Amino acid sequence: MSSDAPTSAAAPEATPPGQQPEPSSTRSGAASTGRRILRLFLVQRELTPILITVALFIYFTIRAGSTFTGSLSLSSAAGYAGPIGAIAVGSVLLLVLAEIDLSVGQVFLFAPWVMYWAHNDGLPVFFAIVVALIAASAVGAINGLITVRLNVPSFVTTLATNFILYGIVLVYSNDAEASPIPLSGGTGFSSQLMGTYKWAEILWVLAITILLSVMLTRTRFGTRIIATGGNLVGAAEAGVPIRRVKVWCFVLCSFFAGLVGIVDAVKYGSLDPGNFGVDYILYAVGACVIGGTALTGGRGTVIGAFIGAILIGILEDGLTLIGVSTNEFFIWVGVVIIVAMALNVQFDRLLVRARSSGN
Amino acid sequence: MSTSEAANTPSPATVPAGAPVLEVRGVTKSFGVLKVLHGVDLTLHQGEVLGLVGDNGAGKSTLVKILSGFHRQEGGEILIEGKRVDFGSVEAARSHGIETVYQDLALIPQLSVYQNLFLGHELMMGGPLRFLNRREMRKLARQYLDDIKVRVPNVDAEAERLSGGQRQAIAVARAVRAAPKILLLDEPLSAMGARESRLIIDLVKDLATSGRVSIIVIDHNYAHLFELCDRINVMQGGKITIDQQVHETSLEQLTELMVSSYRRQIEEVQTAGA
Repeated sequence: MSSDAPTSAAAPEATPPGQQPEPSSTRSGAASTGRRILRLFLVQRELTPILITVALFIYFTIRAGSTFTGSLSLSSAAGYAGPIGAIAVGSVLLLVLAEIDLSVGQVFLFAPWVMYWAHNDGLPVFFAIVVALIAASAVGAINGLITVRLNVPSFVTTLATNFILYGIVLVYSNDAEASPIPLSGGTGFSSQLMGTYKWAEILWVLAITILLSVMLTRTRFGTRIIATGGNLVGAAEAGVPIRRVKVWCFVLCSFFAGLVGIVDAVKYGSLDPGNFGVDYILYAVGACVIGGTALTGGRGTVIGAFIGAILIGILEDGLTLIGVSTNEFFIWVGVVIIVAMALNVQFDRLLVRARSSGN
Repeated sequence: MSTSEAANTPSPATVPAGAPVLEVRGVTKSFGVLKVLHGVDLTLHQGEVLGLVGDNGAGKSTLVKILSGFHRQEGGEILIEGKRVDFGSVEAARSHGIETVYQDLALIPQLSVYQNLFLGHELMMGGPLRFLNRREMRKLARQYLDDIKVRVPNVDAEAERLSGGQRQAIAVARAVRAAPKILLLDEPLSAMGARESRLIIDLVKDLATSGRVSIIVIDHNYAHLFELCDRINVMQGGKITIDQQVHETSLEQLTELMVSSYRRQIEEVQTAGA
């Protein structure tokens, strides 16, 4: 049994006594370097999507040159990635819990409508935004409470709230576009911050990514999320308040989607009641999967989801620039999702084999 | 060594020397019309490993659930260190110093060894941001596992990557970390190979000898219990029918006792019916 063997990361050359002494030192050195690289990929799930993203970036730079690397093109890539990323990074928390929120794309669209209505009713912009964020959080709380208290699968709960929110927007907007959105078109600090600066949206998403990533990996709440998603009964026995953890994750996911939804609306300056949120959540789940989050619970990376969103953004922008039809973009998104998932599954199998062969 | 001499010469003073830490007196329990426990009497001494064995339906899992606070007994009383206790909940049982390790349910596969050990009692850093103190938890986890002689490749290894025996050892270690008086182990050796079983047997024996905790092991494998325990209690038909020191009996002798006890019970039922 290799239970007392030091980890190869710490001392790969120090094979414990009695463990196959036959391989020569050079061979085991090369093998351990290879294994170390492999291990890096296994432990850092984000490396796979980073490599694919970098490869795509290089490819599009070669094909389209400065047209692609220009700030106009890159900000349009960020424009594609922003909404997907905002929804994806929150969704990781729920996917780790083995839950899902199908309505969060609709929350992304709903929050700016609430801000718009509240502002039209005479509230100052700041308070209109606060009301919108409270509304977004409330949707998350309702999703979470229905899921844990009434034992409705979150897939069903949030499918329902998605339709309800869509209907509310259609009814209260009289199916008419909203324009202009408060703050949009402004050049002051708050306008820039809330969306008119062209990098504002992606910077918000980046900030949320860092926040949620630290929360998931460095705090007690994050440990509780992983525990709840990994072993519900075991977590409850260890004293983890599993229901409260779930409800809070629904709230956080909706809150951040609503926040970036407002930024997105300010950026574009108008709201279309016909937009359907499910489109967003499907891209977002794609981004999570590309980033290395399994849909089985207990495992997920927030940074990976962000990178997955960037990857989709670059793909969409780059394909447009090199003159590939927009329709072909969907084929490529599908291919990337399958490749990323297959790689992750294969890495898992390699990991099991590497460990069981005694390192 | 004096300890091995003591083990070889069975003196009655060695085992029951410890004061009773747990006493169960005449405990009864029914579920509807079905009477499951017919007055259970059981005593666990300080630092002792007591095996509880019996067929399915004999009532051992009901007894364990009463002791761990899931169910409440109807009649009889439970004493811990001579004081009468009443558990209304799992938390109440815990606060009286009873920890239970269920087979295979305890650990979170995706969390590391140290995260599992500290789950629910994480150490935090000072300051307003309340981050996990991972360095300190790793260090303490290493020390603690060394201390109770549990060997794992690395405290950063995910529980999923450990063997069944290592996982069980970590689950036991976590329960003992709460410094309970009494540890209930529900089939700790089920589905384990010989080497894996050795790991747990050694751990449990060490824990008991060190005087950290007194242990009740529930199993239906007699060979396991003979390895693991100081004393074996057999449950039949909702009662403890046989109470034997392991060093005073053998598997054959215990089997004979059980068969004759069954005969007696059947005769009792027949005479009562006639």
